[in-house]
Amino acid sequence: MGEIPDADGVGTVGNPICGDMMQIFIKVKDNRLEDVKFKTFGCGAAIATSSMITELAKGKTIEEALKITRADVADALEGLPPIKMHCSNLAADGLRVAIEDYLKKKEASK
Amino acid sequence: MRRICMDYQAGVPTDPRVLEAMMPYFTETFGNPSSPHQFGQETKTAIDHARSKVAELIGAKKVGEVIFTSGGTESNNLAIRGVAHRNREKGDHVITTKIEHMSVINTCKSLQKEGFKVTFIPVDKYGIIDLERLKSEINERTILVSVMYANGEIGTIEPIREIGSICHDRKVYFHVDAVAAAGKIPIDAERENIDLLSISSNDMYGPKGVGALYIREGTGIVPVIFGGGQEKGLRSGSENIPGIVGIGKAAEIAKNEMYSESRRMVELRNRLINNIIRDIPHSYLNGHPTERLPSNVNVRFSYIEGESLILSLDMEGVAVSSGSACTSKTLEPSHVLLAIGLAHEEAHGSLLFSFGRQTSKEDVDYVSGILPDIVKRLRAMSPLTPKEELG
Repeated sequence: MGEIPDADGVGTVGNPICGDMMQIFIKVKDNRLEDVKFKTFGCGAAIATSSMITELAKGKTIEEALKITRADVADALEGLPPIKMHCSNLAADGLRVAIEDYLKKKEASK
Repeated sequence: MRRICMDYQAGVPTDPRVLEAMMPYFTETFGNPSSPHQFGQETKTAIDHARSKVAELIGAKKVGEVIFTSGGTESNNLAIRGVAHRNREKGDHVITTKIEHMSVINTCKSLQKEGFKVTFIPVDKYGIIDLERLKSEINERTILVSVMYANGEIGTIEPIREIGSICHDRKVYFHVDAVAAAGKIPIDAERENIDLLSISSNDMYGPKGVGALYIREGTGIVPVIFGGGQEKGLRSGSENIPGIVGIGKAAEIAKNEMYSESRRMVELRNRLINNIIRDIPHSYLNGHPTERLPSNVNVRFSYIEGESLILSLDMEGVAVSSGSACTSKTLEPSHVLLAIGLAHEEAHGSLLFSFGRQTSKEDVDYVSGILPDIVKRLRAMSPLTPKEELG
């Protein structure tokens, strides 16, 4: 939990009006996610999925991390109530946006 | 671990004295009150007694103006649908507010589908109905105004006497949903010009599944449930005798203890509000500061979401509820909090603490003690918290 101040990529998804918003911060070294942290405004399920994605993604290569789906996060949590699957299960999207942010920055710095 | 319920708005235990009064009517006294023999007359006497206790609690002039139902929802359905259908030739316009219970809002919406016109009057930032707007919305087609006595979620008490006198002057029926207020604050249906008033047993420490509707003598109303013609033909079905005995006993206790209990609650309420506002930055009271139910504290906390607060408090043994979408089936935040002008994220970050007879000063102090750290932790986790707040 928390912020990575010099993150290589940041992904913000959701919005507070819906009641769920999260930020995923990544630190990349040699094409691997060296560190992943989150900040979340939302219900228990939103916090749980954010926390789980940091566990799932840490140490993975960029390519492996991009393959993590919403279903993987829900499965790792041993399921989520149906009503939470859509609104609170944003973490995989957040990670993808953070990685895209990192790749864009990398492209720009070339 | 210590367990503290501050969610009495959601459910209330039956008072042991009520349960004791009910017990004989499950096994020993079981006759049908419609029967002329002794067995029937015993239960009829019990129902009449319960009716008189409910009538006393709400200020009905005549005992016969009270009928028993299955609860607040049924009472609201009967009052609104029953008056609308009976008076259709007089008019087709119903007025209510934006902060009513869903059993009023959805009943009114069902009337809209039948061709009635319904006006939902706005409220101010405290949740008080706009009286000028009410006056201007009443027209010659208006047959019914329905306004709650007090809102269970934000605690705001409406100016019922003023509304009653407006409706009386304009010759429009006035229905009051008093489910959240009955037994907690004084109600005088006769003097307040109320024509119909709904109450629920469980909200005043009676059993679940029982309610009552006050119907002023002479009010034009038709039933919504048809059958054997019990309760003056307005609520058919064999009487729920133990339940009716229960609501009667609950009404009697509530009336006797209202003065001392409400004073005690107001003290606890103000203590919790003051503690929270003093100890937690960016926390604000929802609802009216003084025109407020004694048992209600509703507070919003910037930057965080209600369900995560509920779960954190639950881990410390404290039960509360929230205006958050995540705790509702619709995922929409509370319509009441939106109606008082809160932004969606403010509604999501609101908590409702509702007290009961079991709530003590120690409970209030315990909750006041653990809440600041919980809020701090969730704020540290939230992307919405400004950096300078974290320190």
